[in-house]
Amino acid sequence: MSHTLYDKLVDAHKVCDLPDGDMLIYVDFHIMNEYTSPQAFSGLDTKGLKVWRPEAHLAVIDHVNATRSSEPHDTASKLLIDNLQANCTKHGIAFYGLGDPRQGIEHVVVPEQGLVSPGMLIACGDSHTTTYGAYGALGFGIGTSEVEHVLATQTLRYKRMKTMRVTVDGETAPGVTAKDIIMKVVQVVGAGGANGFAVEFAGSAIRSLDMAGRMTVCNMAVELGARAALIAADQLTEAAMEGHPHSGQFAFNGESWSSDPEAVFDEVFIISGADIEPLITWGTSPDQSVPITANVPSATDYISPEAKAALARSLHYMGLSEGQSAQSIKIDTAFIGSCTNSRIEDLREAAKILEGRKVAKGVEAIVVPGSAMTRIKAEAEGLRAVFEAAGFEWRPEAGCSMCLAMNDDIAMDGERVASSTNRNFEGRQGRGARTHLMSPAMVAAAAITGHLADVRDFK
Amino acid sequence: MKDKQMTKTIKGIAAPLPLANVDTDVIMPKRFLITITREGLGDGTFADLRFDSAGEQRPEFILNKSPWTRASILVVGDNFGCGSSREHAVWGMRQLGINACIGTGFAGIFYDNARKNGLALPVVSPSTRDLLLQFASDASGNEVSIDLERRTITAADISAPFEMGDATQTALIRGRDDTLDSLKHAGAIRDYEAELKSEMRVSVIK
Repeated sequence: MSHTLYDKLVDAHKVCDLPDGDMLIYVDFHIMNEYTSPQAFSGLDTKGLKVWRPEAHLAVIDHVNATRSSEPHDTASKLLIDNLQANCTKHGIAFYGLGDPRQGIEHVVVPEQGLVSPGMLIACGDSHTTTYGAYGALGFGIGTSEVEHVLATQTLRYKRMKTMRVTVDGETAPGVTAKDIIMKVVQVVGAGGANGFAVEFAGSAIRSLDMAGRMTVCNMAVELGARAALIAADQLTEAAMEGHPHSGQFAFNGESWSSDPEAVFDEVFIISGADIEPLITWGTSPDQSVPITANVPSATDYISPEAKAALARSLHYMGLSEGQSAQSIKIDTAFIGSCTNSRIEDLREAAKILEGRKVAKGVEAIVVPGSAMTRIKAEAEGLRAVFEAAGFEWRPEAGCSMCLAMNDDIAMDGERVASSTNRNFEGRQGRGARTHLMSPAMVAAAAITGHLADVRDFK
Repeated sequence: MKDKQMTKTIKGIAAPLPLANVDTDVIMPKRFLITITREGLGDGTFADLRFDSAGEQRPEFILNKSPWTRASILVVGDNFGCGSSREHAVWGMRQLGINACIGTGFAGIFYDNARKNGLALPVVSPSTRDLLLQFASDASGNEVSIDLERRTITAADISAPFEMGDATQTALIRGRDDTLDSLKHAGAIRDYEAELKSEMRVSVIK
């Protein structure tokens, strides 16, 4: 029998079948943040339950904290931060809080600490937990009631998903990054196109990505609805396991963490790497993207009245005109950060574009490194100097920041942001804020020109 | 608390919300998330659709119009609930009095969150959804009935089946507490752990 990587991971973690068709699966490692965990801890208290295995959990502060300072910017965020710390102290859970040299965005911290390994099952109350698929681990986001469940039982109720393979074959052109690859996949499969599926990424364009690129791809797979995203483990994965605080502690051997050659998937997509250009989103859903050389769509591009209405709604919110060229879109703000694109590799790519150049007049440019360790490494490499010389504001503290604007980094009504983040939803970066998603290098190019720009013009 | 209500049939006025990809940022904007309780989220639900930036009601939004101000069921566009894992979106919808959303498909985390909180999400075919959207758009005599046990939706002369997994159906009808229910299997969890090799037991450095 041939098995997919996904099925091998589920089989390896199955505790028992439940009478109603679900199963219990074992969670090897669980990560928490300050905003989706408070009600889980209070649920434990109400029910008089304790944490099943405290050492298998890690809590970090990342969503609500200010990035200008390690002090909370208001009393509401301080309440969430103090609450998580108190809950971790009470239950004996590792806590990487503000000022801790290991603090940062959860999905940046975990690989940096060596806490992900092929064959693991990782859960977290955050949808972008799909990131860990880059290591051949099964990672997925859960709600707060499930956070309570995994704290109390070290398991989750689970129903096996259908499987989808997305193959991206062939060499991508210079200037095309992992971000462009996943934005292309989201465009082709559609937002929600993978609801109910676990997606495995395959093909030479995926295999040739570094680990940071693989994480970017798996991270944004949730934008097509995938509840899990996977890339088979290989030598690159093994090498990435070395040199971290937890390295050598874990090994989930016993299987080859890849799909068998004859494994059958429920759905298959094939995308040619050569067809991918640097992309930007123009709308309010991550699948609403075009190449930077193209134009914003027109009503004539759509057939159904619903699609035409959806276009009109998106364009109205975004303050754009039908058929407007992508490069004519002027920006107010450039933001580099988030669990999708704030790793050292992302900062290096952006710095290459910024070297010797200046941010356009009137553009506010901000970079928030994904973790304290990332920031220190970037500073040691001279990247901070490059960003600052170009006119970017280099934030001293790590966090999700303007990706979802739960802290004080909030875009104003109508403010247009070139953003290396993952969601361009209405109101995501602030009420009325207009988000254009793109790669970190493309954000740098937009910051320099003051409008959306083709990174390939910067050589 | 409606959350633990055990119900086999959900009846009420249905409101049409045909937009595709209504994400959890739209359902519960982030400024309402800075909280450590589950309470007080009704006002935040669909806040930017219901109210303008000055806090005034938007009269054109369906849930601000009679009879849909009393709606307890939504008929929604594709991929409702996509985006963030925030369960606050579901808590808020329940506190606003929404007991069910009928759609063609829902984002996975939202679906699981809904089931934990007694929000029923019947999945119907696109043609049934379109019929129900049309039905719900009519202000007069609008009542939809969702029979969870028979997995059937009726509305005037419309009668259509819906999809719902057995585990979800049971959870909604019985109002089960999953955490306490799963702890009945503590023995199986311990057996699984006993088989784990030592290098498979994660221990995070504090």
